[in-house]
Amino acid sequence: MFDFHPQLKQRFAALRTGAEFFSLRYVRESGQYLSVRKNVAEPPSLSRDEGAMLTVRVNGVEAYAATNDLSQQGLQAALERAEQQARRLKPHALLDLSEQAVSTARADYFSPNLDQPFPSLSDCYQLLGAESAAVPKDERLVNWQVSIGITHVEQIYLNSAGAELRQAQRFVYPGLDVTAYDGNDSQTRSLGRENFGQQGGADVISRCGLIGAGPTVADQALQLLLAPNTPQGPRDLLLMPDQMMLQIHESIGHPLELDRILGDERNYAGTSFVKAEDFGRLQYGSKLLNVTFDPDIPEQLASYGHDDDGSAASKQFLIREGLLLRPLGGALSQFRAGLEGVANSRACGWNRPPIDRMANLNIEPGDQPLAQLIGNIEHGILMSTNRSWSIDDARNKFQFGCEWGQLIENGELKGVVKNPNYRAISAQFWKSLSAVGDASTFKVLGTPNCGKGEPNQVIRVGHASPACVFSHVDVFGGDA
Amino acid sequence: MSPSKTQAESFKALVAGLREALREPEQFTLSYAAESSAFVRFNHARVRQSGQVQQASIGLKLINEGRHADLHITLAGDPEVDLQRLSEGLQQLRETLPLLPQDPYLLLNYNGWQSKNLQEHPLPDTEQVVAEIAQAAEGLDLVGFYAAGPISRGFASSAGAFGWHQANSFNFDFSLFHENGQAVKASYAGHDWSSEGFARRFRQAREQLEFLGRPLRTLAPGQYRAYLAPAALEEIMSMLSWGGFSAQSIASKSSPLQKLYGGDQAFSPLVSLDEKVSGSLSPAFSDEGYPRSDLKLIVEGKAGAQLVGSRSAAEYGLTANGASGGESPNALNMKGGSLPEAEILKQLGTGLYISNLWYLNYSDQPAARLTGMTRFATFWVENGEIQAPVSTMRFDDSAFSLLGSQLEALTQEREMLLSASTYSQRATASALLPGALVSRLTLTL
Repeated sequence: MFDFHPQLKQRFAALRTGAEFFSLRYVRESGQYLSVRKNVAEPPSLSRDEGAMLTVRVNGVEAYAATNDLSQQGLQAALERAEQQARRLKPHALLDLSEQAVSTARADYFSPNLDQPFPSLSDCYQLLGAESAAVPKDERLVNWQVSIGITHVEQIYLNSAGAELRQAQRFVYPGLDVTAYDGNDSQTRSLGRENFGQQGGADVISRCGLIGAGPTVADQALQLLLAPNTPQGPRDLLLMPDQMMLQIHESIGHPLELDRILGDERNYAGTSFVKAEDFGRLQYGSKLLNVTFDPDIPEQLASYGHDDDGSAASKQFLIREGLLLRPLGGALSQFRAGLEGVANSRACGWNRPPIDRMANLNIEPGDQPLAQLIGNIEHGILMSTNRSWSIDDARNKFQFGCEWGQLIENGELKGVVKNPNYRAISAQFWKSLSAVGDASTFKVLGTPNCGKGEPNQVIRVGHASPACVFSHVDVFGGDA
Repeated sequence: MSPSKTQAESFKALVAGLREALREPEQFTLSYAAESSAFVRFNHARVRQSGQVQQASIGLKLINEGRHADLHITLAGDPEVDLQRLSEGLQQLRETLPLLPQDPYLLLNYNGWQSKNLQEHPLPDTEQVVAEIAQAAEGLDLVGFYAAGPISRGFASSAGAFGWHQANSFNFDFSLFHENGQAVKASYAGHDWSSEGFARRFRQAREQLEFLGRPLRTLAPGQYRAYLAPAALEEIMSMLSWGGFSAQSIASKSSPLQKLYGGDQAFSPLVSLDEKVSGSLSPAFSDEGYPRSDLKLIVEGKAGAQLVGSRSAAEYGLTANGASGGESPNALNMKGGSLPEAEILKQLGTGLYISNLWYLNYSDQPAARLTGMTRFATFWVENGEIQAPVSTMRFDDSAFSLLGSQLEALTQEREMLLSASTYSQRATASALLPGALVSRLTLTL
C-alpha cells in the first residue's frame, strides 16, 4: 500500500515554481468488473489507472494541470503548464483566492476490512455462476445478469504548506437483475447494481443480500409482468430506502450544492431553487426531516477523513427539524459565499479538478417500525427500487419511477402494481413528509454514478435512509 | 515530429512489443486513446476554473483457446515505462485466462483491415480564445465551458488490423442568462476557430436573449402544439439511443424500441435515421476492432438495421457491423423534411417553440414513453409571433406519438450538433438533425 509514496514525496520536494502555493494529488486506481449473464461468464474487464493533478495559485489565481507522466520531468512540466495558465488567464479570472486558507493536515484513512483479501476471481465467478443458475427456468424470463464490481483507490495529497494526506479504499458493487417478457410488455426487477455500493470486502456482498436472491428477484419480475398498472391519483406514498436514496440525491443533494447556488453549473448540471440567503431561514421540509452530511459510517461509499482539497470531514446537520441550515459546499465555495459548509470538495480521478459533490448525504432515522408506517396509511402505495429519474435544472419539478409498487389500503399491504411513477415539486414535497421509519428500516446505500461538472465527472456518493411516508402525492402508471 | 506522429509511433512501438511477446496460440487486440486538452470554465463572463489534462491509455484483450479478458491501462508517455506496463498487463491477463471458462460468444475479426484519418488543423491559442469570449460577453452573464486539443484513437490486432484516427477540435458550449433567470444556450464547435464565425454565433444567441426579457408565461398542464428545435430533438434521440438500437437490448427486451423492431409500432414515414460514420468526427473503426459501416436504423418510420457488436453477433447469429461495446450510435443523421426554417413560426401558429429539452427518462420504457423538462429559451407563440418565454415545464409523452401520429413536419434545414461531453475523455459523437413540428405535446407539471 502507498508503494509510490516515498518516491512521490521526493519528487514533490524537488519541484520548482514561482507560485505562492501548489499542491499535488496522486491517484492510483485498479478495478475489476465480473459478470455472468444467462449462465454464461462474460470476459472480465480489468483496469489500472495512475496519474496526478498539480494545482498552483499565482497572485490569487488558481489553475491545474493533470498528467499521466509521473517522472520528475513530467511533474515539473505539468506544474509549469499550470503556472503559465494561471498567469496568462489572470486578467479574466473570476476569483481572487489570495486570502483563502490552505490545508496543513496530515492523516491516513482506510476503508473497513481493507486488510482482508477479497475472494479470488475464481471464487467470484463461482458465486456469480451459482446465483445465475438459481434463477428458475421459465420461458418468460428472457434475460438475467449477476455481477460484482470492485475498485481499489489509493490517493496521496501533498501541498506546499506541508499537508500530507493518504487514503486507501476499496469499493464493492454487487448486482443482479432479471427481465421478464410476455410477448408485449417487459418488466425488470433488480437487486443492488446502481442502487447499492459500499466500502469493505466480501462483507459487502453479504450485506447486499445477493447470495440466494436469484429465485426471489425472478419471482418478483414475473409478479410485475402479471400485475395491473399503478392507478392514477393522489395517494400517501411509502418510499423504501432504495428509492429514498434517489429522492434525497436529486431533490435535497443537488439543490444544496453551493457551486450550483453560486452559478457555476448553470450551463450544464443546472442551478438551484435554493438561494444563499435561505440558509438558517428556509423551512425545507416538515419537522420530521433531519438531513446530515455524514462521513463517519465506515462502510458508506463516500466516507473519508479529508476531502480532495484537504479539508477535514465531520458529521454536520444540513437540515434539522425541517429547517435548512448548511449547504454542501467545500472550502472554496465557503470562501466565495461566506457560508459554513462541509468537506465535500471532490474529484472523480486524477484528471479532473475537485468541485462541490454530495459525498454521504443521509436522512436520520425516526421512531416508527415498518409495520406502523404501513398501518397508519389508509389509501396509499409502497414504492421500491428506482428505475427512472428526471428533475428540472433548478431541482424542483421532478418525476421518478420505481420497479416495484404495492398498494396499501386501510393499513394493509395489498396487490402488486407495475410501472409505479410519481411526480411533485421539491419545495413542497418535503413538507408532506408525514412519518419517518426507525433504525430497523434504515439502510446504507450508494451509487457510483453521479454526473456533474465541466469537464464532466462521474463520482460515487452514499445515501443512507429509513423508509419514509409522504402525504397526498400524485402517482400514476405506464401505458402497457 | 508533430505530437500526433509521436503518439502514432508510440502506439506502433507498443504493438510491435506486444507481437514480440506473444506466445502461440495467443491472440490480442489493442486499442489506444489519448488526448491533450485545454479546459476553461466560465461563470459571470469570467474564468472560474482552468487547466490542462494530458492522458493516454490502452485497452488490451488477450485471447487464448476460447478464453479472453480485457485490461485497460493508463500509459505514462515514457516508451520504456509504457512497455513495462504493457508487459505486466500481459502477464496479469495470462494468469487470469486459465481461471475462466471458454466463452461461447467470443467472435474475432480475422480481417487485417487498415484505416487512417489524420486532421492536424492548428488550434487557436487558449489565451486568445478567452480574450475573444470575454470581449463578446462584456456586460452579459455568460456561463460556459471551452474544451480544445488533439484527440487520438488507435486499434491493432494480432490478425494485422491497424487503425489510427487523430483530430484537433474545440467546443465552446455556453449559455447567456437574462437577469430574470431565463437563458439561451448555444455552442461554437469544430476544427477551425474563426473570430467572425464565433462573433456571428454569439450574436445569434444574444438576439434570442432579448426575447427572454419579456414577462414570463406560466402554462397549465395540457396538450399543446410544439416545435422542437434540433437541439431539443437531439435529447429525444439520445434517450432512444440508450439501448434503443442495440441488438442485445432488442433481443433481451430492454430496448425502448422493441415494439418498433417487433413490428408492433412505427414512426411517421417522415422519419428516416442513419448511423452515418462516413464524414463524421468519430473513428471509422470500433474499439472491438471492426470497421464501422453506415447503417439505416429507421427507414421511413420502420425498423431498419440494429447496432451489432461482436458478442451479440455470436449470441444471436447476426453479422457484426462495427458497433461499440455498448451498441449505441454516435454519428446520427436524420433526413430533413419539407418545412423551411423561415416558415417554422407561421406553421406552428399558436403553441410552444422549444429550443432545448433536458433530463429525459422513461415513464414506461417498453412503450417508449418519455418524460423530461423544457430548458433554455422556450417561447409561447401566438399566430406565428413569439409572445413570451415560458416557465420550465415537464412533458410526458410517447416517442411513437411525438415522432409518429403527431409529427406534422421536419425542417428542410438540419443542424450539426457536436457532443460537448467530457466524461473520462472528450467525446467524438455528433448528430445531424432537423427540427420537428408536432401537433400535440403533453405537459404534465
